[in-house]
Amino acid sequence: MTTEAFATGPAAAPTPNAPPKMQGEKVCVFYGDKQALFDVDLKIEPFSVTSLIGPSGCGKSTFLRSLNRMNDTIDGCRVAGRISLDDDDIYDPSIDVVELRARVGMVFQKPNPFPKSIYENVAYGPRIHGIARNKADMDEIVHSSLRRAGLWNEVKDRLTEPGTGLSGGQQQRLCIARAIATRPEVLLMDEPCSALDPIATAVIEELIDELRENFTIVIVTHSMQQAARVSQKTAFFHLGKLIEEGRTEDIFTNPRNKQTQDYITGRIG
Amino acid sequence: MATTLNEHIVTSYEDELTNLNTTISEMGGMVEQAITEAARALLRLDHQQAQDVRLFDKKIDEMQQRINDAAVSIIARRQPMAADLRMVVTAIQVANDLERTGDMAKQLAKRALQIETLSLAPKFYNGVKHMKDLVAQQLQTALDAYLTRNSKAAIEVCSRDDEVDAIYNSLFRELLTYMMEDPRNITQCTHLLFCAKSLERVGDHATNIAEAAYYLETGRHLGADEQQRQPR
Repeated sequence: MTTEAFATGPAAAPTPNAPPKMQGEKVCVFYGDKQALFDVDLKIEPFSVTSLIGPSGCGKSTFLRSLNRMNDTIDGCRVAGRISLDDDDIYDPSIDVVELRARVGMVFQKPNPFPKSIYENVAYGPRIHGIARNKADMDEIVHSSLRRAGLWNEVKDRLTEPGTGLSGGQQQRLCIARAIATRPEVLLMDEPCSALDPIATAVIEELIDELRENFTIVIVTHSMQQAARVSQKTAFFHLGKLIEEGRTEDIFTNPRNKQTQDYITGRIG
Repeated sequence: MATTLNEHIVTSYEDELTNLNTTISEMGGMVEQAITEAARALLRLDHQQAQDVRLFDKKIDEMQQRINDAAVSIIARRQPMAADLRMVVTAIQVANDLERTGDMAKQLAKRALQIETLSLAPKFYNGVKHMKDLVAQQLQTALDAYLTRNSKAAIEVCSRDDEVDAIYNSLFRELLTYMMEDPRNITQCTHLLFCAKSLERVGDHATNIAEAAYYLETGRHLGADEQQRQPR
């Protein structure tokens, strides 16, 4: 029961002893005087899906957003401790934040395509980062990103139409295509399916499973079943603290911590 | 996770899990009763009681159906996690073991009906009776361990299963001796040997229930834990 019961498919278990893709060490985040995260130590394994779960306000989204410095845009937000990408401190003054966000992409809760064509939505990132050398290059990037996001067949004949005209699920996949177009190494997803119906959710989950062959994925989700389905590693946050982290199958069949148990089984903590 | 759990936020979910536990307890009581009555029917050659046990088995089967239906329904509607998940999954296992134990009681009752025309010397019964007492005790302890989530008691049941096997083996030798003493004993002794085998299997089912109890409380498998404790 405790063996590979949840995630199947190739490379279900992250490579043991591989250095973490990202790592938080004693991460504290403050919004003004209020401390939102307390000494979080968490390793993000490469080419696997890590899910962050916990009740609202537990700090899971704060932690996710600190992984590509999205919190920088919030007034009064301060991050202490160390967060590294391939062992480089991402809060080091020498780090170019724009470049960091190209390496650590993000998909948000609500699909938020630009009010531009489907093609331009995907081409935007590669263009500002100067990834494509010419039109043919760009076409290739747009094509492969849409294909990887599982959207190509649905939009190939209407690339010039506005992205906002797509269905919710399609828009979210367009945002994923946009995020992977800059060839990031890490993909952060903040409740990517909470605005989608079950079928669109299943399509995204299937996509996440395929994407982890090439990307390291961190996902925040309120759906415990989703965390159990898509991730290999699960971290449980509560009141700004990392309570427990471990293999997803262990967390959902036999958590060590009582708070984790109470949360995932729907009991009052 | 040995600590007691808080109540679910959703009361109806809490009630369903409590009901599942109660139904297992009820079914366990029925099976214990069936074993006791079947053994009594066998030892006293009570025709009526043997018939009653055979009919009672249908009720036990229905209980298993009820438990399975309830468990499937909880899985489908509640998506249980962690201790709840283990509770639902082990409920199905335990109900299955109890149902098989009920079948063993039915087997004993059938034998009682078959050997009632034979005259048996009382000494033949002693071994079977002793064995019945031991497995009934095992079954009761295993069920208590499951219902009260007591992994220590579960371990005790598993380690005592060797005793049941030892009695079975000595009973086997004893009955064999009677058969060799006088070939006219063969029919009776063979029947009794099958009874002993049924009881031995009840002991195995008690062990299974104890293992489920251990897994329910700890989330770990007893066999694997035992091996770690005593590396060979």
